[in-house]
Amino acid sequence: MAKHFVKMNVNGKDVEVAVDDRESLLDTLRNQLNLTSVKKGCEVGECGACSVLLEGRCLDSCIYLSMWAEGKHIITVEGLTDENGELTDVQKEFIKQAAVQCGFCTPGFILKAVELVGDNKPYSREEIKRLISGNLCRCTGYMNIVTAIEHAIAHNMKKLGIDYKVSSGFSSLEEKEDSLEEKAKELYKKY
Amino acid sequence: MFDMKWFHEASSVDDAIEWLKKDEDAEIISGGTDVLIWMREGKYAGKALVSIHNIPELKGISLEQNGDIVIRPATNFYNITHNDIIQKYMKSLGEAVDMVGGPQTRWAGTIGGNICNGATSAESASTMSAFDANIELKGPNGIRVVPISNWYLGPGKTVKDRCEVVTKFIIPKSNYENFYGYYIKYGKRKAMEITTLGCSCLVKLDDKKTKIEDIKLAYGVANPIPKRVVEGENFAKGKMLKDIDEQFLKEYSEAALSGTNPRDSWRASKDFRIQLIKELAIRTLKESISRAGGKING
Repeated sequence: MAKHFVKMNVNGKDVEVAVDDRESLLDTLRNQLNLTSVKKGCEVGECGACSVLLEGRCLDSCIYLSMWAEGKHIITVEGLTDENGELTDVQKEFIKQAAVQCGFCTPGFILKAVELVGDNKPYSREEIKRLISGNLCRCTGYMNIVTAIEHAIAHNMKKLGIDYKVSSGFSSLEEKEDSLEEKAKELYKKY
Repeated sequence: MFDMKWFHEASSVDDAIEWLKKDEDAEIISGGTDVLIWMREGKYAGKALVSIHNIPELKGISLEQNGDIVIRPATNFYNITHNDIIQKYMKSLGEAVDMVGGPQTRWAGTIGGNICNGATSAESASTMSAFDANIELKGPNGIRVVPISNWYLGPGKTVKDRCEVVTKFIIPKSNYENFYGYYIKYGKRKAMEITTLGCSCLVKLDDKKTKIEDIKLAYGVANPIPKRVVEGENFAKGKMLKDIDEQFLKEYSEAALSGTNPRDSWRASKDFRIQLIKELAIRTLKESISRAGGKING
């Protein structure tokens, strides 16, 4: 075992880190670069909580050696917001569609969604389900996550001038609150 | 931290072979989606790793002057599925490797690892068998080429020596030209699943699209190793499409079954696998014929 200097571009910044050659990219990002949005879940490449964008596509950083990151471009959730801290469409939609519960899987899902939006393809709901199959969520039941990704893709399609229809979800935060309020009233009446 | 003895990032195939020779505990790592998990689980704990991850000569897909397709082993599954040559000439292979694990696995895992781990359930294995790929290896004693039919020795075992590195998968022109195929992976879930049974079929019709001129049928998990089932192939070879009826398909699936040796495992019973072997033979044949431009019963 030995320490090596690895140069990589993380969230748009060139960094040089001394890594142990037995270290996973997950450990380097969390422990040395303090990027704790990258979550340590199963550590065997099943849950997708440790997903990072490597050269533009999601990869499980728990089963990727830091030594391999030499010269690579890596993006984590910390690198998504602009200099004013403005959230991306994907993040806004995750909030709007209530796609977050405990939040542990969320960074992985958001990066996957960013990747899918970046493909500039009008993915259907079924295709989205297949393409997020490497990320597990134990709270939400996935419905709202798929909806949020659908809406994020819709924003991008609108920019590209491509016709794309979302199948469900809320169009604004107000609509979501109104709907929840109505549901609460109904339940109140019932019981 | 992974429990490894030492690590070396090889700069070339020769460099990798040199380092593999240095230590009996040294193993190759490419994409890491198997090896690092085995290391975590303990099966590979304490092993030394020689990485071929960043060797450019081991990546990419090309169409050679003589028409052969060369797939280099460190090409990841995503890049195989989305490669123009594969989409045009070996579509069923692209579709098969698009069923490996999940999308993250497909961005890291490589076809070389999929073939070298010796698993009968490997998604690429049955389709590569149907295409009769040749495997080129380089080792301390030089280069040799092994046809995939002689590659597997048993579950998890191949003819590859520990110090040898796979350098190419070669698919001769005659093995893919005018062949159209289809692969079905049966698993209980749609993703993050290990194949219960895999079936890959390739069909070549005559010019008038009336007859099955040639057919390749290969299975994964139907035998201890992935392999072609000539019993099924011979039964369908030369068959006129207009003569393909329920009775023929039934007999064809029985012929395919006779060339297999399925087993009970916790994933599925032998009886269920027998049913799958027969049913998938019929489904892959029908779809392959349709992709080749043929019509059954007329």
